[in-house]
Amino acid sequence: MLLIDCPYCGPRDEAEFACGGEAHIARPLAENPISDAEFGSYLFLRHNPKGLFTERWVHSAGCRRWFNMVRDTLSHEIVEIYPMGSLPKSRRGKQAYADNWRRGTPAEAASKPQAKRGR
Amino acid sequence: MASSELDRGIKGLAGRAKRYSVFALARNASRYHQGWQQAWRHAEPKKSYDVIIIGGGGHGLATAYYLASVHGITNVAVIEKGWLGGGNTGRNTTIIRSNYLWDESAAIYEHAMQLWEGLSQDLNFNIMFSQRGVLTIAHSEHELKEMSRRVHAIRLNGIDSDILGPDEIKKFVPIINIDQTIRYPVMGGFLQKRGGTARHDAVAWGYARAADDLGVDIIQNCEVTGLRRRGRQIVGVETSKGFIGAKKVGCVTAGHSSVLADMAGLRLPIASRPLQALVSEPIKPILDTVIMSNAVHMYISQSDKGEMVLGAGVDKYNSYAQRGSWPVPEHMLAAAVELFPVLSRLRMLRHWGGIVDTCPDASPILSKTDIEGLYFNCGWGTGGFKATPGSGHVFADLIAHDAPNRIAAPYALKRFETGFLIDEHGAAGVAH
Repeated sequence: MLLIDCPYCGPRDEAEFACGGEAHIARPLAENPISDAEFGSYLFLRHNPKGLFTERWVHSAGCRRWFNMVRDTLSHEIVEIYPMGSLPKSRRGKQAYADNWRRGTPAEAASKPQAKRGR
Repeated sequence: MASSELDRGIKGLAGRAKRYSVFALARNASRYHQGWQQAWRHAEPKKSYDVIIIGGGGHGLATAYYLASVHGITNVAVIEKGWLGGGNTGRNTTIIRSNYLWDESAAIYEHAMQLWEGLSQDLNFNIMFSQRGVLTIAHSEHELKEMSRRVHAIRLNGIDSDILGPDEIKKFVPIINIDQTIRYPVMGGFLQKRGGTARHDAVAWGYARAADDLGVDIIQNCEVTGLRRRGRQIVGVETSKGFIGAKKVGCVTAGHSSVLADMAGLRLPIASRPLQALVSEPIKPILDTVIMSNAVHMYISQSDKGEMVLGAGVDKYNSYAQRGSWPVPEHMLAAAVELFPVLSRLRMLRHWGGIVDTCPDASPILSKTDIEGLYFNCGWGTGGFKATPGSGHVFADLIAHDAPNRIAAPYALKRFETGFLIDEHGAAGVAH
């Protein structure tokens, strides 16, 4: 049973939360056309590691706000909780973010507005 | 239609193993049971094989068996990181049925059902297949209408499905509570009479013994740590016992499919979740069918030992821990006690979890990959056990011909690019 430290409400039982799956899946913008296979990777394909994983959670029975989490999917250790819209700050969290196959994919590159791509 | 689509292979054992029979039992009993043969060899890996199957569960062992018995491909190894059948095959609630909505699903689950119906004879192993019926309950007007639609679709595919009202359900299941004032009242249900259960461990052991009998090497306690390629061609697997060469590799590792896929740079749409189950203390027979309930997220049957076997939906976050957390069984048991008040004093004896590979459309993946000679069979989620013979049979066909047959074709990985998903979220009657 997880004890989750909601950034807004404090430590609460797992039963008060819902899990939103893999975090940091950025939607490709319409202005940046990509192939069906690349779009399918955004829509359906998932990182599913046995180990550290970046996920989204929502405190559905409490403040109902979303936040991100780095959690080990084998030991269930919660390594870091960080705000929605930001990236992990811990060393292990940064590693978990970087180890995700989605980094550097065409679909992820296509999620940035034209002017920013390639930087 | 390829002839191997209907070919169930060699009936009974063909190799060195001594057949099981009532005569063998009597002979061995008179010798104090010291004459029984080991059911399979504990093989050490050869340097290479024609086909390596990664994953020694029901699906993997069935694949190896059908490669040998249908296609004559016997230079095969099954590589299992733990003990055979110790993964999801040993952790499910043993339910078997083929009453799914879509035509593509009807094809594969009914193919499995027809293989189940002769499997003990095919394998010369009593898998305790019991067609005691599977009844799915509707708890609202909406569920009644949805159920009616499903039943018609199922029957149009030639598969048995009958609608029952509350009184008929009460006659069929005496311990059920059909009071219409409870939170989730029983408003009706649909029954597949040919559905039922089988002894999960026996399925693994039966396939293992029959495959070994035909020359398949079963290598346990051997973990695959890498998939070796030369260009776009698979050449073998790195394991804890060294490199083993192979012309073809089939991955059948359920909850660990993404771990294997990552080794080949392959991406899957799978999320690995815990699926929990529990058994009660053994009691006298009180339930002679299988009950599933959508709304209350529960399924229940009674084993031949007398234990009530209960299961529910998946836990809501990814895990490889082979355990889930308490709210899931708690909600399931609350609903179970309301539907079957006689359970309220029962003590639960054992509780465990598996790692299920859930897919976005709750349908499996049976597919070639971008790497020549590498095939994946995964994504069965919470509904893999019932498909065991069909999955193995069809995957063996895919590997043998390097092309999917009519049954496997819709389940290619490519559907997540084309959008031709086969949405069976409603099928299990519980949340995926």
